[in-house]
Amino acid sequence: MSAGISRRIYERFIYSLLAISALVVVAPVILIVYFLISRGGAGMTWEFFTSPPRNHMTEGGVFPAIVGTLYLMTGTLVFSVPVGILAAIYLTEYAKQGPFVRAVRLAIVNLAGVPSIVFGLFGLGLFVLALKFGASILAGSLTLALLVLPVIITASEEALLAVPESFRQASLALGATKWQTIQRVVLPNAVPGMITGIILGVSRAAGETAPILFTVAAYYLPSLPRSIFDQAMVLPYHLYVLVTQVPDAPPHIQWGTALTLLIIVLGMNLVATVIRLRFRRARKW
Amino acid sequence: MVKETLGLKDIVAEKLTKREAQSGPVSANDTISIRNLSVYYGDNQAVKNVTMDIGARDITALIGPSGCGKSTFLRSMNRMNDLILGARTEGEIWLDATDVLSPATDVVELRKRVGMVFQRPNPFPKSIFDNVAYGPRVHGIRRRDQLEETVEQSLIRAALWDEVKDNLNKSAMDLSGGQQQRLCIARVLAVQPEVLLMDEPASALDPISTLRIEELMSELKKDYTIIIVTHNMQQAARVSTYTGFFLSGELIEFGLSTTIFTTPREKRTEDYVTGRFG
Amino acid sequence: MATQTTRPPETRITAGAVTRKRARKETLIRFFVTANGAVAMIAVALIMLFLLKDAIPTFRYVSVTEFLLGRNWYPLDEIFGILAIILGSLLVTAVAILIALPVSLGCAIYIAEIAPRSVREILKPTVEILAGIPSIVIGFIGLVILSPLVKELFSLDSGLTALTGAITLAFMAMPTIISISEDAIVAVPSEYRDASLALGATHWQTISGALVPAAKSGITAAVMLGVGRAIGETMAVMMVTGNALHLPPKLFDSVRTLTATIATEMGEAVQGSAHYHALFAMGLVLFAITFAVNLAADVALRRSRR
Repeated sequence: MSAGISRRIYERFIYSLLAISALVVVAPVILIVYFLISRGGAGMTWEFFTSPPRNHMTEGGVFPAIVGTLYLMTGTLVFSVPVGILAAIYLTEYAKQGPFVRAVRLAIVNLAGVPSIVFGLFGLGLFVLALKFGASILAGSLTLALLVLPVIITASEEALLAVPESFRQASLALGATKWQTIQRVVLPNAVPGMITGIILGVSRAAGETAPILFTVAAYYLPSLPRSIFDQAMVLPYHLYVLVTQVPDAPPHIQWGTALTLLIIVLGMNLVATVIRLRFRRARKW
Repeated sequence: MVKETLGLKDIVAEKLTKREAQSGPVSANDTISIRNLSVYYGDNQAVKNVTMDIGARDITALIGPSGCGKSTFLRSMNRMNDLILGARTEGEIWLDATDVLSPATDVVELRKRVGMVFQRPNPFPKSIFDNVAYGPRVHGIRRRDQLEETVEQSLIRAALWDEVKDNLNKSAMDLSGGQQQRLCIARVLAVQPEVLLMDEPASALDPISTLRIEELMSELKKDYTIIIVTHNMQQAARVSTYTGFFLSGELIEFGLSTTIFTTPREKRTEDYVTGRFG
Repeated sequence: MATQTTRPPETRITAGAVTRKRARKETLIRFFVTANGAVAMIAVALIMLFLLKDAIPTFRYVSVTEFLLGRNWYPLDEIFGILAIILGSLLVTAVAILIALPVSLGCAIYIAEIAPRSVREILKPTVEILAGIPSIVIGFIGLVILSPLVKELFSLDSGLTALTGAITLAFMAMPTIISISEDAIVAVPSEYRDASLALGATHWQTISGALVPAAKSGITAAVMLGVGRAIGETMAVMMVTGNALHLPPKLFDSVRTLTATIATEMGEAVQGSAHYHALFAMGLVLFAITFAVNLAADVALRRSRR
């Protein structure tokens, strides 16, 4: 009997430890969000979002950095989404077992694991220098597109695999070709899942700093970029500059910039989650 | 369902009294000839050297226990087995003058002529209209009035028009299982096939829906060659003129349904139709 | 039995013009789709190629051994030894994983086995949020909140230490380790659990004796991926470690990692200079390490799925 009691106490103890470790993970997240909101919230004025930094970044706002981030996100989207979706279509609809597919899958896994700074080096070597795009929105978008490619491929593949095989069979049995089947039956039913993955991928791109250090990010620009061959100010790099290079930057500008970035990134994650949940509830298969 | 409780012999007897027995074997109108057909999945031979002729504008039932190869056999007629990795087919299937299994045969054209209804209703998550219009659209028909005409005709033929004519834009997923299966039949009819392959089309349905599908089949056989796979022997006896009995990939016996279900030649057929195994 | 009919004439419906056109279109599409499938492969190959191309000239200035084992890094004097930097990366990563592993595993077990549904539904999104916070924001928090804390707690001259970096990295590795370990634990077939419980084992004995061992491969993969994440992380680590060179690197001292060195020095390095190439060589080393780690994780993951 007493053995049972001591065992129960022991298990209680273990379970408390497990709960504490969960708390250790959760608490900092709450603290981070709390700090950002309490310290950055004050700086969040309309003027902060709509005006450029002034007086050596000690005044003004983050408007050009927001614009630059939006440009980069758009560029990343344009370059990564078509390739990512087609690659996923290849893997789910066309690929047959063999060394080529295995190599493709291995490449995707490894691409996902390449450190972001190595993407930066590669972007510098290929896009900025070899292809002579210079440090530009084009070079930065291409670099980020490669970085998020695995995310988009994996999510799209999952979405395609979730489309029941019976839809494909029905279409093929009606005399549709493979591509007609993909175009008219498979893709429309996979789109919501793909959108979720795409938003997650692009939000990741929006928060990355290391890959854009040498490929696009500018310390300060007096005017907005006019073409894809221009450099741009970008939020994460702007935060880096504010924190490490501008000793007298007022905290509300630093925290406000960090909060702006977090809102963009987590906001997109939230949108992705909502889409996923709504789609799951709505679909009937 | 009263009919469900009747014995096979009763069903056959009833059929014989209701309509004149088939007047002899068909020979002139054969549309599908199968010669020495074998299908392999890897090393496993699912269909073994089957030879048979299937008559036009009639219903042929294929019966046999699960895994006997009847579905595989059916799926080789519209080359759906092509989709299965490692499946290999030997022998010949002729649809009139078309060599079905030849690599030179265009499977798209083939599948237009040989339609298929699956075991579980599998409508697309689109509207009723778009489901039926899918085939014609895929085959290049764009004009709205033409599509509307085809959709209406197909739904009428599939005995679904009266139930859905007022909400053609409703999602097909909102229909009942039986309605979905008739929609799938309408979807096939819209492509104007010559042959209908039905792979246990009623096995996922309730008895009333099953009966409706059977009535529909009897109606459709005036214009289509229908091959149905079923392991419901009452169903085979009720609807088909000819029946083939499969066991372990072999075609054990093939003949008039009235014969197969009352006086089969083979002991194994008799054991199966009398429920001694399977 | 239907009588044998005479065989149909040996005619073939030969492919007509429409058929040929359709087939050509489908082939073209197949080719195009396959080409896009190959993009990831081409990208990895190009990354390797470009790293090699710009890394190899380094070895005109130093030998491979001198580069990897050299104790001094004075890029302006063209002395390129990265031993201290490699050890710096390894120290920060190792300590980060030591911190992250028990916490993550505990959290994963808690989510998978113990937490009531309502708690789980808060925990999982929170972990996802942690994964979603940009590294620059985590670095910023590490710099202004964590490093003063570390300084106070251990009475140091500066809070920018290897330990600060390790703690920061630990939190960045946790989401990866938690979610993959949790998947692995949840994926353990229920027969294992049933068998253990049927033998009279308690819930905890079942978790520790049956579930976790069965999920071992998945957990190993999770840790490997966590290591890959930690060793490749740049911005956060660069902001909180002080970036001073020490050999051997110490936990309560400033430390410099491979990623931080590339990020800080590439901006100043003249394109085509020895320094520029040495930084690419450093990138190559980093790439090789993460490649190996990810490969190991992939092998472990494959084994766990079987």
